[in-house]
Amino acid sequence: MNLQIRIRKHLPHFELSIDVNCPAETMTVVIGPSGAGKTTLMRIIAGLDKPVEGFIQFGDEVWLDTKRRIFLPPQKRRLGYVFQDYPLFPHLSIHDNAAFATGARKDVVQELLERFGIRHLQDRKPDAVSGGERQRCAICQALAREPRLLLLDEPFSALDVFTRRDLRDELRNLKEELRMPVIYVTHDVNEALYLADDLLPIVEGRVDREWMQRSLVRVDDARPERAKAVREPRLSLAY
Amino acid sequence: MDWTALFLSLKLALVATTILMLVTAPLACLMAYSRLPGKAFLEAFINLPLAMPPTVVGFYLLIMMGPEGWLGGLWTRATGSPLLFTFTGIVIASIIYSIPFALQPMRAAFEKIDPRLIESARILGLSPPAIFARVIIPNSLNGIAASAILVFLHTLGAFGVILMVGGSVPGQTRVASVAIYEAVETLQYGSAAMMSLALLPICYIFLLVVHRLTRSQS
Repeated sequence: MNLQIRIRKHLPHFELSIDVNCPAETMTVVIGPSGAGKTTLMRIIAGLDKPVEGFIQFGDEVWLDTKRRIFLPPQKRRLGYVFQDYPLFPHLSIHDNAAFATGARKDVVQELLERFGIRHLQDRKPDAVSGGERQRCAICQALAREPRLLLLDEPFSALDVFTRRDLRDELRNLKEELRMPVIYVTHDVNEALYLADDLLPIVEGRVDREWMQRSLVRVDDARPERAKAVREPRLSLAY
Repeated sequence: MDWTALFLSLKLALVATTILMLVTAPLACLMAYSRLPGKAFLEAFINLPLAMPPTVVGFYLLIMMGPEGWLGGLWTRATGSPLLFTFTGIVIASIIYSIPFALQPMRAAFEKIDPRLIESARILGLSPPAIFARVIIPNSLNGIAASAILVFLHTLGAFGVILMVGGSVPGQTRVASVAIYEAVETLQYGSAAMMSLALLPICYIFLLVVHRLTRSQS
């Protein structure tokens, strides 16, 4: 199942205009400076925002077609979305949050909680666990629904550097098992290089394949090690 | 001391509050989340009883619920009995009179809910009624309780509207506020004092609870 996106939306300072294809079993990392329209793109894919003009097709199911006035509400898209700082449901325990949309499949939830190392916290409320544990729970919540597509919008950027690194590693391991397209948004070049199967740099609402090069060349003179880091993604985590 | 009147007041307040909570919750949801055109007009209309003298509200209700009025006529055709000067009549009057007091705190509680929780629930596949039941209600219990208590107290204290629509039929419409007024009119100050004294602690304690509920929420 692959995802085809072709959208246009007016934003305050520029126009978001994207035409991409995200194949299954691929992690597409959307990267670009803050305010480039990355989150808007994700919200449109999820069905939380509507573009003025656009077409989104997942497999052979049309999610959005402004010409034919088709709009599939977010409820019917069956996707997982992990946001940077979206709160879990404060009135529910970690377990109930993870199991929020799964119905009866209790074993799936237990497995996920175990895998992300928060099973021992399952009876606590979200405000009684750390930020990293909350994000782990958010990932469990998204995956427990058995989504067809996973959207991760800077899921780790509010976390401290060590927790971020751990979760990044776990995500990279998880990636191998996921059979769905994954779209990951970040403004962190290192993270992008570490995780991406396919890079999608977005600047001012447009795909700009040269942006990575340019932004790295700029720091070249001052910090030559950065250039090395780009050539050697594994190394880049050290910087 | 008129125990029947006190009991009737509590019964009226309880019935009106229960019905109002059920009616107002979806209405407050609409007010908080929808972008209806003309929402301001609808809201101002619902809030009218807040601004108008109770006797004016009561007068319009009297006309509406009388045998010639649309509501009274409809009721009489459906049940065969009149609406004015009955318990049902003052329940309806209390509901209309107290809607703003139910709506405002509930709406405020709904608006305080993080919109991202609702987006999250939508992505997780919940239909709007399921979001209402599983996300909005559990996260605004304090506001709903505060709203219920305010309505309860407001109905307990209603006087003008009830006198206009219900008169003073013992056991039917003669609630505590009306009984106190009549006791004073007939110079039975002792009886009036006892009933007033009975209402005082009820109101005071409930107000303390409201304060606590609204404070712990923020």
